[in-house]
This record gives sequence, C-alpha cells and structure tokens, in this order.
Amino acid sequence: MNVVEAWDAVRSSPVFAVALTLAAYRAGTWLRGRSGGSAWVNPVLVAIVVVGTTLWAVDVDYGTYLEGGSIIAIFLGPATVALAWPLHLELRLVRRSAGPLLSAIVVGSGVAVVVAVVVTRSLGGDELLARSMAPKSTTTPVAIALSETVAGVPALTAVLTILTGILGAVAGPRLLTLLRVRDERVRGLAVGVSAHGIGTAQMLQESRTAGAFSGLAMALSALASSVWVPLLVPRLT
Amino acid sequence: MITGLLALLTCQLVGELLVRLLDVPVPGPVAGMVVLLVALQLREPRKDAGVVRAAEGLLRHLQLLFVPAGVGVVEHLAVIGASAVPLVVGLAVSWFAALATTAAVAAGLLTLGRRRAER
Repeated sequence: MNVVEAWDAVRSSPVFAVALTLAAYRAGTWLRGRSGGSAWVNPVLVAIVVVGTTLWAVDVDYGTYLEGGSIIAIFLGPATVALAWPLHLELRLVRRSAGPLLSAIVVGSGVAVVVAVVVTRSLGGDELLARSMAPKSTTTPVAIALSETVAGVPALTAVLTILTGILGAVAGPRLLTLLRVRDERVRGLAVGVSAHGIGTAQMLQESRTAGAFSGLAMALSALASSVWVPLLVPRLT
Repeated sequence: MITGLLALLTCQLVGELLVRLLDVPVPGPVAGMVVLLVALQLREPRKDAGVVRAAEGLLRHLQLLFVPAGVGVVEHLAVIGASAVPLVVGLAVSWFAALATTAAVAAGLLTLGRRRAER
C-alpha cells in the first residue's frame, strides 16, 4: 500500500471522523476559555466550522463522516435522559410554580411555530422551507420526526434546529439580560423553549437552576410542539 | 461510570418501549428522562453514585453531541444560499418571539401568583 492509498483508507474511517469531531470541539472549548467564557464563542459553532472545513479540505463527504459522527451523536439519547438529574435537584422549585411554567411553555412553543412559518413565507420562502422551519425550536430528534410528519425536509430541519440552538446559546442570555429578565427560572425556561438542548447546555453553565428549568422546558416544549406542529402547519402553509 | 451509563441507557430503552406501547408522539429519550426522574424521586442516590457521575459527565459535554448533526449544514449550503433572507430572518425572528413570549408569560404569571399569595 502506498502513501495515497493508506491516507485514503484513514481519512474515510470512522476513527478519523470521531477524532476530528473531538479535536474540533476541543478547539471550540479552548477558544471559549481564551475568550474568558464569553457566550459569543460557541463551541458547537466552532466545531462545525472546523469539521466542515476539514472535510472539504481532505475531500470526505458527509455520509462517510457520519459513519463515525453517529457514534458520538448516539450519546445524545442518554444525555437527554441525564437531564433528569438537575431537574430532580430543582423539582421542589418547579412544583411550586407549575401552572405559570406550563402555560409559558405551551404558549412559547406555539409562537415559535406560527412565527417561523409566517415570517418565512412572507419573505418569499417556499412552502417546503416553511414546513422544514416550523419545528426548529424543539429538540433535534423531535424536530426531525415532526418535519417528516408535515412533509418538510428532515435533514434541513436538523440543520435549522442546530442553528437555532447556537443562536439561542450565543444571544439568548444577553437578550434576556437586556430585557431585564433576572429570575433564573424564567431565563432557563425561555432559552429551553426557544433553543432546546444547545441552549440548555449554555444555561447549565449559567447556574444549576437555570439549567434545570431549561432542560424541563426543552422536554415539555417537545411535547407541546408534537401537538402544535401537526395542528398549525397545515393551516398556515 | 459504566453502571451509571448503563442506568441511563436502560431508562432510555424503557422510554423507547413506553412511547411505542402508548403510541405517544414523544421521543424515547424524553420519556426516558421522565423514567429516571421518577426513579430518582423514589430513591435519592448518593452524591458519588454512578448514575450521578455519568449524568454530570455527559451534561458537561452536551454541546459536543450536537456537532455531527450540525456538520450536515455542508449538505444544505445551496438551499441556504438560495433562500438566505427568509431562512435567516425567519429563524431569528421566530426564535426571538419564542424567547420573549415564554419569558413574558412566565414572569407575568409568577408575579401575579406572588401578588395573590401576598394578599
């Protein structure tokens, strides 16, 4: 085997994909550390740019990358289950104000769907884009499933969902501060409804309470969206 | 750590089973989170229990797990470029609307509840 053949075998192997993803994420967390923990430097965004550019440079397609990438992505399942732990620690606080929290989650996730479809359509986006956009505030696996339900493009929905999460993690805490929202419960809730798991990851760094409420909001808004999306999207498009 | 990870995976599998048996439109991991929450409420784990360490370890690097799906953006650059304005503006405006509405409703109702309790 010559050098070219050897390199061909290595760059298209799952191990390369896993190592590249971990290295890119490390680069992201390192940059965040360098920036003094600024929310502007989002490790997911940095990692996506690094992985995307590298794949382009070494000429590996997304399907091949995903053979290794999916090994990492599979842990999203147990990580979602793990959100029960901060929630368990904060459950007394949740119970005390269950009514307001539930109302906010149901209304917020409905608004996310309606505004996404209406704005996309009114700016000239086609129906397929609007349908793919509708579930983007909910957690990735639910968004993908809902996109299928309303005949969107699930793979595009996955990307829109992650972009929304990054936006939420980067700009959410700042905007809430600007809007003078200081209650940690409300901050977590708002980010969890609008920016799911990536937003929740950011709120977990803000405080345990904000993280727990964000995780709760993410889970319950997934439920609410599962009702809202199939109900609203056919009426709006 | 292995025991903890196994506990998380078991909860997820129970969740996956439940959503299929009950035919509810919820992803298995979200149902699994409820299963684990019930288990934790029934029996408080020690601070150094395996499940606690596994949960904290995974949540510390939650963002890493979104990277592979996010890289999928490379497949959709053409679509994104072609309808950049409705896509970017639609995404940003609806995200902000959801954020602000959720915060406003929650803050409003919490304040209302507190005033009522004070009276």
